[in-house]
Amino acid sequence: MTIDKGEGVEWYRKMVLIRRFEERAEAAYGEGLIGGFLHLYIGEEAIAVGAMAALAPDDDVLTHYRDHGYLLARGIDPRPVMAELFGRATGVSKGKGGSMHMAVVREHLWGGYAIVGGHVPLAAGMAFANRYLGNPRVVACFMGEGATNIGTFYAGLNLAAVWKVPLVAIVENNHYAMGSPVERVSAVRDIYRKACAFDMPGVQVDGNDVLAVRGAVRERVEAARAGGGPQLIEAVTYRFRGHSMGDPQRYRTKDEVEAAKEKDPIPRWRSVLLDGGIATGAELDGIDAAVEAEVAEAVRFATESPAPEASEIDRDVLVAEGADHG
Amino acid sequence: MAEKSYRDAIREALQEEMARDERVLILGEEVGVWGGSYAVTRGLYDVFGARRVIDTPIAEAEFIGAAVGMAMGGLRPVAELMTINFSLIAIDQIVNNAAKIHYMFGGQVKVPLVIRMPAGWGQLGATHSQTFEGWFAHVPGLIVAMPGTPYDAKGMLKSAIRSDNPVVFIEHARLYGMKGEVPDGEYTLPFGVSDVKRTGKDVTIVTWSRMLQVSLAAAETLSKEGIECEVIDLRTLRPLDLAPVYASVEKTHRVLVVEEDWTTLGMGAEIAARIAHDRFDQLDAPVERLGQTEVPVPYAKNLEALMFPDEPRVAETVRKLIG
Repeated sequence: MTIDKGEGVEWYRKMVLIRRFEERAEAAYGEGLIGGFLHLYIGEEAIAVGAMAALAPDDDVLTHYRDHGYLLARGIDPRPVMAELFGRATGVSKGKGGSMHMAVVREHLWGGYAIVGGHVPLAAGMAFANRYLGNPRVVACFMGEGATNIGTFYAGLNLAAVWKVPLVAIVENNHYAMGSPVERVSAVRDIYRKACAFDMPGVQVDGNDVLAVRGAVRERVEAARAGGGPQLIEAVTYRFRGHSMGDPQRYRTKDEVEAAKEKDPIPRWRSVLLDGGIATGAELDGIDAAVEAEVAEAVRFATESPAPEASEIDRDVLVAEGADHG
Repeated sequence: MAEKSYRDAIREALQEEMARDERVLILGEEVGVWGGSYAVTRGLYDVFGARRVIDTPIAEAEFIGAAVGMAMGGLRPVAELMTINFSLIAIDQIVNNAAKIHYMFGGQVKVPLVIRMPAGWGQLGATHSQTFEGWFAHVPGLIVAMPGTPYDAKGMLKSAIRSDNPVVFIEHARLYGMKGEVPDGEYTLPFGVSDVKRTGKDVTIVTWSRMLQVSLAAAETLSKEGIECEVIDLRTLRPLDLAPVYASVEKTHRVLVVEEDWTTLGMGAEIAARIAHDRFDQLDAPVERLGQTEVPVPYAKNLEALMFPDEPRVAETVRKLIG
């Protein structure tokens, strides 16, 4: 497959952006600028970037608590994303959601959901709404492999399959549900095989290969959009950092992590671009420098942004009644 | 004005709203071909078809979650939980998703969803004889309606369907057959507006849902004894409107809260605390509460009959409150 230079370089830029963004978030967390839980996406960037490249810009996306990468992959300005982590008024969710609840609805990013698997039925319902209203949009629902062991995954996908709605479930198998390895908590290790429970297509793809992810997601999205009903993709990857910032990682060895890092999607894609003569080292170095500056600016923006006004505390609990509902 | 049953009033609201707005649809267990386990949706499948009256698998968390997703995606779903007892299966979707999405995403998302659920009992045993309205009324981000008359049920359900907020709409299975005046024309009733169903000067009875009817019957009995009860129907438990209660306390100085749920940590406790705080000087006696016996509901008919406040018990409590 030939790689379009513009696209290929853009995927590289986005993966580097997510990596540098999260490294800065990690540092800011250490400085106490980010509170609560912080679940980093480092190592899994090829999935968000490859998947977003395959989705139409107005396809609907629901994600899980490890959600920063998806926003950046869709092209959201890193400044309000960082500001949300900092709990600022300028954040994507006005500082009310935090790391796990980031939404940008005008870009069809419907938010990160922090109860494992609980968003799968929402995605099925939204796909139902799209078809009911005659929208050609597909709903992409991202989750970790740990989510495939809870009831809402099964009954949610069952609903989608019964209704035959355009839902693409993208399972990121990073091998660990918190500290539980997949073989200890899932009777079926190859997650894509779980699709057979719903009589729906299920495929496995190398989640560290951005081009392969784009290809697999594109195929499944096209099938869903053409009326083929829900689809399941398992993208196999590895989480380089702990589950969240407070994770001592006693469940795996340093050697295992180091071995996984040899399959790091970013240097891997850089090599593809260089070896294929698609981009030069100088071009990519220039991108690296520009991304560094962009992330530094995001941190500056977040730092200098105001906290939400006290009056925000009870705003948006309910929508005001009596509006014109058409 | 026409006399209609509580069940028919609810069905009329559904039918009228579905006819009015293509985005309104119904989903739930056996709501379609069967016609609803309590026959509330009977006939709607024939009118609107499988596209808009959707039978779901027995998977409460998932179809309620899907209804949330439908609402986010631009529809106005009315989901029916076969009974409120099964809402426990769906509690995460109701509390963590339906109630919170608007707020936690900074107002970007609306969830115009109605979840209908009948409460009730009738030798159904411990797992099928619950009401739980206090559980839902506890949660910011939800509207909780629990109408006690056919008129209120229709007007409030129409408001629920037109609301941009998630509404937990609790019906009472033992009210479905009850008849009352329901006009044929269009009307809606707002949330957070309590209704004085009977005026009186001696005692204020605060109640809702089926206990409204029990309380009104007790008030009739007491009236013959020269005791005049003011009976206030809260109608919505969240938002909670106590203004008419406060006005009444200033007249009667005595309050009885009658609820069908367990009293410990329930709605009655909340209401009593608010009255005590806000109208302390007006009370001639502590706020009295009457509710369900604090046990799981037994099957045996005689024991079950002892579970819930009834007309004699309400009347007796009022007499003690005055005496």
